[in-house]
Amino acid sequence: MPEPDFDEGAAISATGAGGVGQGAIAPTGTGAAMDLAISEGATLERTPGGPEGTGPAGKPRSLWGDAWRDLRRNPVFIVSGLIILFLVVISLWPSLIASGNPLKCDLSKAQLGSRPGHPFGYDGQGCDVYTRTVYGARTSVTVGVCTTLGVALFGSVLGGLAGFFGGGWDALLSRITDIFFGIPVVLGGLVFLSVVTSTTVWPVIGFMVLLGWPQIARIARGSVITAKQNDYVQAARALGATNSRMLLRHIAPNAVAPVIVVATIALGTYISLEATLSYLGVGLKPPSVSWGIDISAASQYIRNAPHMLLWPAGALAVTVLAFIMLGDAVRDALDPKLR
Amino acid sequence: MAEAILEVRDLVKHYPLTQGILFKKQVGAVKAVDGVSFDLVAGETLGIVGESGCGKSTVAKMLVNLERPTAGQIKYKGTDITKMSGKALRSVRRNIQMVFQDPYTSLNPRMTVGDIIGEPYEIHPEVAPKGDRRRKVQELLDVVGLNPEYINRYPHQFSGGQRQRIGIARGLALQPEIIVADEPVSALDVSVQAQVVNLLERLQNEFSLSYVFIAHDLSIVRHISDRVGVMYLGRIVEIGRDAEIYDHPTHPYTQALLSAVPVPDPSAREHRERIILSGDVPSPANIPSGCRFRTRCWKAQERCTLEVPELAVPAVFQLLEGPAHHPSACHFAEEKRVVPSE
Repeated sequence: MPEPDFDEGAAISATGAGGVGQGAIAPTGTGAAMDLAISEGATLERTPGGPEGTGPAGKPRSLWGDAWRDLRRNPVFIVSGLIILFLVVISLWPSLIASGNPLKCDLSKAQLGSRPGHPFGYDGQGCDVYTRTVYGARTSVTVGVCTTLGVALFGSVLGGLAGFFGGGWDALLSRITDIFFGIPVVLGGLVFLSVVTSTTVWPVIGFMVLLGWPQIARIARGSVITAKQNDYVQAARALGATNSRMLLRHIAPNAVAPVIVVATIALGTYISLEATLSYLGVGLKPPSVSWGIDISAASQYIRNAPHMLLWPAGALAVTVLAFIMLGDAVRDALDPKLR
Repeated sequence: MAEAILEVRDLVKHYPLTQGILFKKQVGAVKAVDGVSFDLVAGETLGIVGESGCGKSTVAKMLVNLERPTAGQIKYKGTDITKMSGKALRSVRRNIQMVFQDPYTSLNPRMTVGDIIGEPYEIHPEVAPKGDRRRKVQELLDVVGLNPEYINRYPHQFSGGQRQRIGIARGLALQPEIIVADEPVSALDVSVQAQVVNLLERLQNEFSLSYVFIAHDLSIVRHISDRVGVMYLGRIVEIGRDAEIYDHPTHPYTQALLSAVPVPDPSAREHRERIILSGDVPSPANIPSGCRFRTRCWKAQERCTLEVPELAVPAVFQLLEGPAHHPSACHFAEEKRVVPSE
C-alpha cells in the first residue's frame, strides 16, 4: 500500500489565503465549486473573512437563511416580488389607482377605444376597461393564490406522507388520485358548481382544490420516494432520528423543488380555469368583476375591439409570469449547488 | 481473547418474494443473509469480504438496526438489540454508528457541514449542551483532517475524500464504541482510499473504536483488519486472523478469491496459480443444497450436496497447532498458499 499523504487538512490550511474571491462561501459561479472539488487538498484555501462571516466567529447558517440572503440579491425575485406586491395592494385597495366604479357603465360608449381619462377604452357594455381590470385583480389573485395554496398544501401533505410511509396507504391514495384524474374538469365544474348558489369565489376555489390536489400529490409522492432512498436519510435513521425529523429536515427540502415548479405554473391555469368556468356561467357571475369574466366576454369581439381582450388578458399574463418567476427564484435559492 | 463487545448469532435476513397485486402471496425468499455468526472484540477491526450480492451490506444494515433481521441475535454487551425499540434503541444507536459507502449520497446536499455533523447532537441532546455543539463540530472537523472553518460550507463544495471525512466525523460525533463501515472507500480514488483508511486507523487508536469493515478490496481489508471473515451467498465460509486467512486459506472459495488479487511483483506473478471459478454466483433466492459453494467448486463431491458444512475448525486441522487452525466451512478443507509471501 502506498505511503499515504494523510494530512490533507494541514495542506489545506497551509496553502492559505490564495485567490481571494474564489474561496468565498458563495462562489461567483459553479466554476469555483468545481475547482474546489477537482483539486482535492491542494488549492482549498481558507475562506477569507468577508462580510459573510464564514469563520468560526461567524453565525451558524442554515438552508433557509442562505436562501433568503440569496433571494434578496436576485433581480428576478425582486421584480416578481414587486409585481406581486403591487397586485396584492391593488387587490386590497383598488380605489388607490382607479377612481371610477367598475359597475357604472354607459352603453352609448360600448367598445370605444382609448379616451383621455379612460386609457384602456370601454368594453361591450360601455364599462371602463381600466377600472374593471384593476378591480378584477382581487378575484383573480384570490382565486389563483388560494387555489394554489390549498392544492399545494393538501397535495404535498397527502402525497408526501403516502410516498414516505408507502404500503397500503400509498396504494389507497394512488387509486384515489386515479379517480380524481378521471373526472373531466369542465363537466365536473358544470355539475358541482351549478348546485351552488353562493356568488362568492369560495365555491370555485373549493372545486378547483378538489380537482387539483391529485396532480401535486402525485408529484410530491414521486419526489419523496426519490429523496427517501438517499443514504443521508438512512444515516439520519441510524442516528436515531424520528420520522418527523427525517421528513422535515431531510426529505422535504430535497423533494420540494418539483412541487414549487408545478404549483406556480398551475397558478396561471387556475386563474384561466376560473375564467372558463365563468364563461360557462357556473363560475363567478356578474356583477362580480374578474379578469376571467371580462376575457370571456371580450373574446367574441376580438376583431372589432381587441383592446377589450388585450388589457385583462395582459394583466393575467403578467400575474402568471410573476408567480412563475417567483417560484423559479425560490427553487433555485433552495439549491445550494447553484449558489 | 478479550471479551466480545458484539456477538452475532445465526443472523438471517430473508426478503420475501411476492406475487399478485391485491392479494399478495409469498412465492419464495431472497436469502440475503442466511446464518451469520461472529464476535467483535473491543478495539479490533473485523473485515468482511465477499463479492457483490453476498450479503455484506445487509449484515451492516442489521448491525446498525436499519434492517430488522428475520431471525438470529445481535448482542451488544450481552443484550440483544434486534428487538429493541424506543429509548433503549436510541441509546444503543449512540454506541454503534455507521459510515456509508457513497459519500455523494450520504450527505444531505441542502445542509451545511456544521448541520450534518451537528445533527447527532440534536437527536441526542444529552451528549453535548447546546452552546457547546458548534465547538464540538469544529473539533470533529479538525480530528478528521478538515479545516474547522469549513463549517458553513455545503457538501458539494468538497471532493469525495473530504466528503467521506465529513461522513466519518458524523459517525464519530456521538463517541460510539463500534463503527460499521460499509465499503467506506470503494467510491474513492485509490490515492484517497489510502488517506481515508489511514484516518480510520488513527481514529481507532485515538478513540479505541471497534470496526466492522466491509469491503470487496482484499488488500485494503488486509491492511486494516485484525481478523477477516469471508462471505459467500449469505454465509461466512471462513474466518480467522488476517495472516491465517491470507497466508493459510483452507476454504476453496477464499483461495479462489485470493488468487485474483493483483500481485505487484512481475516475477512472482509468472509462477502463481490462478484459480478461475466456473459459472456465476447462484441466485440467493435459490440456494444450492448442502454446501452453497459446491456448484462452482473444483473439489465438490457427493457429500457436498448432502451435508451442509458447518463453520468450524476442520477435522484435519483440529489437532494441529498453527495458522491453518481456524474456522472454515468446507468438508475437504486443505491449506493452499495462493498469495506469494511478502
